[in-house]
Amino acid sequence: MRGSKAFSYPYILWLLLFTVVPLFIVIYFAFTNDAGEFTFDNFSYMSLYAVVFWRSFRLAIISTVICLILGYPLAYIMSRLKKKHQTIAMILIMLPMWMNFLLRTYAWLTILENNGLLNNFLSWLHLPEIAIINTPAAVGLGMVYNYLPFMILPIYTSLTKTDQSLIEAAKDMGCSERQVFTKVIFPLSIPGVLSGIIMVFVPAVSTFVISKILGGGANMLVGDLIEMQFLGGAYNANMGAAISLVMMVIIMIFIWLTGKIDKNGDGEGSVLL
Amino acid sequence: MKKNELIRLSGVVKKFDDEIVLKSLDLSVADGEFVTLLGPSGCGKTTTLRLIGGFEKPDEGDIFFGSQRINDVPPNKRNINTVFQKYALFPHLNVEQNIAFGLNIRKVDRKETKRRVAEMLELVNLRGFEKRSVTSLSGGQQQRVAIARAVIQQPKVLLLDEPLGALDLKLRKEMQVELKKLHETLDMTFIYVTHDQEEALTMSDTVVVMNQGEILQQGTPIDIYNEPANAFVADFIGQSNIIPGIMRQDRVIEFLGTVYDCVDTGFARNEPVDIVIRPEDLLLIDRDDRSVQPADRLLKGRVQTCLFKGVHYEMLIETEGFTFMANSTVACEVGSEKYLDIDPDNIHIMKKSSIETVTELEHRRELDPSEPEEEEEAER
Amino acid sequence: MKKYIGRIYMVLIFLFMYAPIFLLMIFSFNSTKSRSVWGGFSLRWYKELFQDSEILHAIQVTLLVAVCAAVISTILGTAAALGIFAMKKRPRRLMLTLNNVPSMNPDIIMGVSLMLLFIFFAQTLHMDFFKLGFGTLLLAHITFDTPYVLLSVMPKLRQMDKRQYEAALDLGAGTVQTFFRIILPQISTGIVTGMIIAFTLSIDDVVVSYFTSGPTSETLGVLIFGMTKRRISPEINALCTLMFVFVLLLLIIINLRELRAERERERSEER
Repeated sequence: MRGSKAFSYPYILWLLLFTVVPLFIVIYFAFTNDAGEFTFDNFSYMSLYAVVFWRSFRLAIISTVICLILGYPLAYIMSRLKKKHQTIAMILIMLPMWMNFLLRTYAWLTILENNGLLNNFLSWLHLPEIAIINTPAAVGLGMVYNYLPFMILPIYTSLTKTDQSLIEAAKDMGCSERQVFTKVIFPLSIPGVLSGIIMVFVPAVSTFVISKILGGGANMLVGDLIEMQFLGGAYNANMGAAISLVMMVIIMIFIWLTGKIDKNGDGEGSVLL
Repeated sequence: MKKNELIRLSGVVKKFDDEIVLKSLDLSVADGEFVTLLGPSGCGKTTTLRLIGGFEKPDEGDIFFGSQRINDVPPNKRNINTVFQKYALFPHLNVEQNIAFGLNIRKVDRKETKRRVAEMLELVNLRGFEKRSVTSLSGGQQQRVAIARAVIQQPKVLLLDEPLGALDLKLRKEMQVELKKLHETLDMTFIYVTHDQEEALTMSDTVVVMNQGEILQQGTPIDIYNEPANAFVADFIGQSNIIPGIMRQDRVIEFLGTVYDCVDTGFARNEPVDIVIRPEDLLLIDRDDRSVQPADRLLKGRVQTCLFKGVHYEMLIETEGFTFMANSTVACEVGSEKYLDIDPDNIHIMKKSSIETVTELEHRRELDPSEPEEEEEAER
Repeated sequence: MKKYIGRIYMVLIFLFMYAPIFLLMIFSFNSTKSRSVWGGFSLRWYKELFQDSEILHAIQVTLLVAVCAAVISTILGTAAALGIFAMKKRPRRLMLTLNNVPSMNPDIIMGVSLMLLFIFFAQTLHMDFFKLGFGTLLLAHITFDTPYVLLSVMPKLRQMDKRQYEAALDLGAGTVQTFFRIILPQISTGIVTGMIIAFTLSIDDVVVSYFTSGPTSETLGVLIFGMTKRRISPEINALCTLMFVFVLLLLIIINLRELRAERERERSEER
């Protein structure tokens, strides 16, 4: 198939124009002021927003850990089901992803709000009502709810890919059920866990939609901050670009570190399922 | 056999990323011949086949088809077809569609196609399999489809790249016979690549032994087996005992401290040589038995092992300075003392070869016991 | 015992995932505007949904951009996969890494950076085509769709026996014939998967569209996001219910067909 390399040229051009060039524009904006002069000011002012960065990262990390704790057992249970039931479980996990995620998040608002369904239910049981809406907890819940499938699917894929004969071999060599899991199944599923972590962490740390709906105005995240600089009240594209750049660099370091842990990863498409 | 030359390679050199795979190869194939390229993995045999098929271009030298130079003719314009290693059947097409593929490309009309596909299925014993998916077929059946798909094109030359490599032993033997029959029926030139010496000897008119991008010997199976050109060929073609010796004079050879009569002439006096003795040519006798060689020229040895191999026993006989392998239909007791007798006809004397010593080859084979993908994979 | 714990766990997780959706669906039949108090059954919101020109227009834009982006990115991505597959190892790796950038980058960064690019084109270079609107929306969607098409076609190419290409040439086929008769049929499942993924991503996208669409080209997601700042009309609940039922039916049909095909295959192998 030599000579067919040329088929990729339109896409290479596309990538350059709509992925690489825009990133350079972001970098350009980040290092200039609104008069177009070179400056570091955008970065030095950013210390004002340290709280927001900290809140974003803390929430994203907590949500990722919860997703892992909830998702791994489910993926494992799924991988042990009969083939037919596995397909059904897969569909059940994918189905909500086909619904607009705004609506799903919005549904939580109707549950969690002060005179919402949860509190109605609690008062019906004569229990004290809880004020969860507009707290970081509500935002975290929204993140876990939205991104849990992104954790389950890659782990499930790596678990089902595990060669059954390896498990038999481990048992043959005297491993107990528990040892089979800790010595064989879990280590082999680590690539899936890592791509799950990335797939949950990256959107969680950069979201602004979830915090807008479930966090009210009180729980601003980095995403909200960026949105505000471009389309919100505090219009300052240079500041927005600088914040974007910092977040991008942190995410890149995060992905690079995760890649380091997965020594066997070939980097070709392992990101996606 | 017709003796008109059909394919000629002259001075062909092929490199992959500066690694020389073929070093100035000359090869001539006659019309209607069954030629086998035989050699260990990485010897360049598959590359040679791919050059003839048009999948690779030579870096130097020329390839002729009859009198036409075909260096730059693409594979789809050559009157040559290939049966690929692992068949390369199209999984999305059924048996009939696979076989008819080439005819459909040439827009042969439907009726004619149907007739010829039926004819092919008959030829390869697959009648009734028309609508089957090729992925549901056994290895042997897939093999037959691959052959039918190539033969229906009515090529002048059929190239077969280790076509039986993926089959089990019994099936392989059956297919050997069938391929040989097919060759006789079709009156087509077959160029066959294998690393299996037995396959090469059974089927071919001509065997070409290759190693490290060079042709070491070319001849009929009988010639190659009986008169190997050097220690490498001798070792590759069946098991042999290869012993260093010195040619004392015409028809007299000395090895392991013993002087034997032999039938070879034409070496210099006291020239160091290699001697080949096939295991089945060693006679194991007791001291008092009648021998071919004079009684004082018998080698004394001790039976180390004796393995039953079905038709014969394979024994290792330790003598002073060399351990012989001997085959016999009669088992000898392990530990017993035997004398080795050799008919002068069965002592083959060869020039010392500088190419690769047998021990080096053995070593390489141990490191790499299976036949891996051929060298053309190197480009990826 | 262990089995039951597993079952219960699964049911709980699925309950967590589906409870909000079911609530939305139930309240789409509510006769009042309330999101939490049941006022009786009615189809009022379904009727209003089909009379709300703003929502209908947004649905139109969403479907149009999703279909166009899916088709274009499928062509672009499949061609790219073929080209990259033909490359040597090192450029291929480079390309695949570059291909991962749009999907690894957070949505918001992609949205923001594309918006800056479009504004730059439109304002500084006076290229009116890049004024925020349907055109820019489509460009943005193609940009985030194509990597996924490429990633679903690549494995199919890799699975294909390289010698099949040679076999087709050997049997007299030209390059074009080989592509349409041999390669395309074998990678078609990857292409279709890629197109479906692209379509879904486009339908589901809010963030990138939010930054790259103009006022006349709001997608459904952008519209709903705008509503969340005020109050979401129960019409959206109705729409959500309809979408859910539609997707569910689609998945059931696809799976039934697959199941039947599998059974047939098994039967033919028994023969």
